[in-house]
Amino acid sequence: MERQDQLERRALEDGARPSGSRAAAGKPGPSKGSAADVRTNDFALKLANVNGTGSASANGLLMQAIFRMGIPVSGKNLFPSNIQGLPTWYEVRVNKSGHVSRALDYDLVIAMNAETYVRDVKEVRSGGWLLYDSSWPLDESLSRPDVTFLGVPLAQLCNGIFKDSRERILMKNIAYLGALVALLDIDMHVIDELLDEKFSKKKALRDSNHAAVRAGYDYAKQHLECPLPIRLEKMHATDDRILIDGNTATALGCVYAGATVAAWYPITPSTSVMDAFKEFCNSYRRDPETGKNNFCILQAEDELAAIGMVIGASWNGARSFTSTSGPGISLMSELIGLAYYAEIPAVIVDVQRTGPSTGMPTRTQQGDIMMAAYASHGDTKHIVLFPANPEECFTLSVAAFDLAERFQTPVFMLSDLDIGMNDWVCPRFKWDDNYRPNRGRVLTAAELEKLARFHRYANENADHVAARTLPGVHSKGAFFTRGSGHNKYGGYTEIPDEYQEVMDRLLRKHRAAGNAVPEPVIRMQTDATFGIVSVGGCDPAVREAVAVLAERGIVADYMRIRAFPFGDNVSKFLAAHDRIFVVEQNRDAQLKSLLTLETEVPKEKLHSILVYGGFPLSSRHVVDGVTSHLERG
Amino acid sequence: MPTPKPAVAHPNLKPNKVGLTLRDYEGAPSTLCAGCGHDSITAAIVRSFYELDTPPHMIAKLSGIGCSSKTPTYFVSGAHGFNSAHGRMPSIATGAAAANRELTYIGISGDGDSLSIGIGQLAHAVRRNVDMVYVVENNGVYGLTKGQFSASADVGSKSKRGEANRFSPIDPCALALDLGATFVARSFSGDKAQLVPILKAALSHKGFALIDVISPCVTFNDHEGSTKSYLHTRKHLLKVVQADFVPPAQEITATYEEGTTITVTLHDGSAVRLRKLSPEYDPSDRARATELLEHHRVRGEVATGLLFVEKRAADMHDISGTTDVPLCKVPYEKLCPGQAELDKLQQAFR
Repeated sequence: MERQDQLERRALEDGARPSGSRAAAGKPGPSKGSAADVRTNDFALKLANVNGTGSASANGLLMQAIFRMGIPVSGKNLFPSNIQGLPTWYEVRVNKSGHVSRALDYDLVIAMNAETYVRDVKEVRSGGWLLYDSSWPLDESLSRPDVTFLGVPLAQLCNGIFKDSRERILMKNIAYLGALVALLDIDMHVIDELLDEKFSKKKALRDSNHAAVRAGYDYAKQHLECPLPIRLEKMHATDDRILIDGNTATALGCVYAGATVAAWYPITPSTSVMDAFKEFCNSYRRDPETGKNNFCILQAEDELAAIGMVIGASWNGARSFTSTSGPGISLMSELIGLAYYAEIPAVIVDVQRTGPSTGMPTRTQQGDIMMAAYASHGDTKHIVLFPANPEECFTLSVAAFDLAERFQTPVFMLSDLDIGMNDWVCPRFKWDDNYRPNRGRVLTAAELEKLARFHRYANENADHVAARTLPGVHSKGAFFTRGSGHNKYGGYTEIPDEYQEVMDRLLRKHRAAGNAVPEPVIRMQTDATFGIVSVGGCDPAVREAVAVLAERGIVADYMRIRAFPFGDNVSKFLAAHDRIFVVEQNRDAQLKSLLTLETEVPKEKLHSILVYGGFPLSSRHVVDGVTSHLERG
Repeated sequence: MPTPKPAVAHPNLKPNKVGLTLRDYEGAPSTLCAGCGHDSITAAIVRSFYELDTPPHMIAKLSGIGCSSKTPTYFVSGAHGFNSAHGRMPSIATGAAAANRELTYIGISGDGDSLSIGIGQLAHAVRRNVDMVYVVENNGVYGLTKGQFSASADVGSKSKRGEANRFSPIDPCALALDLGATFVARSFSGDKAQLVPILKAALSHKGFALIDVISPCVTFNDHEGSTKSYLHTRKHLLKVVQADFVPPAQEITATYEEGTTITVTLHDGSAVRLRKLSPEYDPSDRARATELLEHHRVRGEVATGLLFVEKRAADMHDISGTTDVPLCKVPYEKLCPGQAELDKLQQAFR
């Protein structure tokens, strides 16, 4: 922050006139371009900011405006585990064909962080542009001959408009948004509309934002050649779509599924699941007559307790869930084993981040696959769902509750930071008002009345699930839930046969779940020579890679796994291909390991493409991984 | 399956208001050591539920791991039991209570389960004021693993092998008082006359009721030199506040000496009549209760009785604003906002 203030002061001392800007010397930004050079609705931006300066708001507005113009877009927030003062980046990719996985080539970089400037200048693709704050002179040594520098004196513009020092810093971001409106040909009406909506109850802020946008826009129009060859044009590709992050979608799914008890411990990147759940509950779950809550959210003392609360509530028949990330699962593992063995439903949302240990809390990864599949000591196996986008966070969180109650077992939903915290363009969520929760086999008072005697783990059905009872329903339903060795009657046992009988049924139950969980999404091509298998948030990058490879004559089938245990269709796909690439975001090829452990696929057929540095996957990673392997033969 | 008890009904067993006899509140035969203090506590719990006319299936009995945590098997076999994991019973009870506020919750724990591995969960169940009774069957020793000191062992107390404990003990009553518990009592497994009214008052109290029961371990901690033995406890026990439980709508008929008693009306209309050793002691004064514990501790005395009770405190549900209908019984139709609301909501995601 100190650095920022110093720069601020310097800018003031330099006076009102744009100082070192090349912008003043003439209009850069080659609009000399012939029509062929113009790339409409197909480019990538990177915005380099300092965290805690209000850039997230400006960058979010930028992405939202493009979305409202009907153009497919993605925004990836690459932020630090910090509140104020550290470098943060935001990447925007625009693609008319709908391929919006992370791009690694940046046509335009907005360099707002002096500390990372050297790095950021290098990130611009050759022939691209760099927008910088020209309130102070640019160090010539940081220049690049193959990049066009666009100077906008943002600090000076804001210092001229705003008196408050905090506002001067915040509004610089909105001012560069204004410049981008001119440079990229963003519809100004859309920006105005967004600001009016966002600050409908805060007139002063609304006025400030409008003024800052206008200042940046006017300056760019006057001093820079606008628009750049990379530019936007209205489309209708997002008209029936929404912009939503996965954590909000998950929370919404939990509301719609009928969850009433939620217990959690704050942890990045899952915290916004519970924030959103609370907000939705406040809107939808207040009893209109009494004003009381049809929900109970418990902020636990740690994840050990959070999962205990979920288990306790589920034991009593409430739909209950927790949201956490990898470190939380490590702590919960003890009681996850209890829920598995005592057969108590539990829904566990794991928004994965980069491990091991504390790792990189604000970076994404798919590093919890193995842990989730086998969490806890002893022989345990769990149902794991893998949403690939916010829409699936919504639908699969509902499925998670149905599966947890149907199979009386913990169910994981493995989202990740990229899905959970970034805004994604999604089809509108649909809801079937005829949906009713699958509560599984729960005996009613009337059913218990007719029973001679209730035995908790006897009389399994086709799913190998035995009926359970809920406390307080009927005197005949009472039994002793225990994590200690028990026989099929629910009684304590240390007898090998009795113990094994229950354990074997649990295995059969888990296998049965393989064909009840969400099916893999399979895209078969004619003339495919190999298969690609992937999971979760890798999906947009893999789909784009499949398209890019096809253009080069390399044809691949693609299977996206959506759940563990693997169903028959997963095995069929694996059997149908001699060469299979498994794309995932972790070091140890966890999905590949799980496939070799839990299907009959020969290990030799599987080849890993692993990207695990913490940033979302790009199609280039996949294309390069596949082609280099094929070249090796 | 444990061997069932012989179904011989004593002709004098009187049914209570829900038509059940004392025998109906019993559980499976105890597998604890003969003479274990825990079995006496079990008997007191059986009597308390019987006398309170609680329908067994409306009772949720929960525990963690340890000798104490085995005891829910030995009382009220018609209750719903949950033998969970070591030190984790409070969180499971909290979640259970969140989902169904109609049941009566009793958690049985020990000094290892409560004061070491589970101290965090105990502390937070106290501060949430979960509506439950939490019994610490306190013997100062890890029984199931054969005789290690627990966190409640007094400094200088000797193990069976003659080793003296050197680390300062945690007093669950002092801890609970400090954390804001709304009902704090201590008793002795050998004194059923004292324990039963305390249990009944605790079960009738709305909010978290902690009862620390000194419960000697006959196998590993009942020798000379142990401060948790029967002999030592009997010798140093001091009944500072005796409690008499008065069921709802029953008149208090006993006569008490002037100035020595206080009547506290509980949530369900029942009352507890407190007879104090010291006339100036006020069991509704948290600071005085803490002071009292310390006063007796330094003298090597074990102060017992209903030490503190706070009436009309908000429990977890009051604090959370939860609906009166147990959450597990709220119909799905009331929980799902439906397609129309979803459409409306999604206007905001544009």
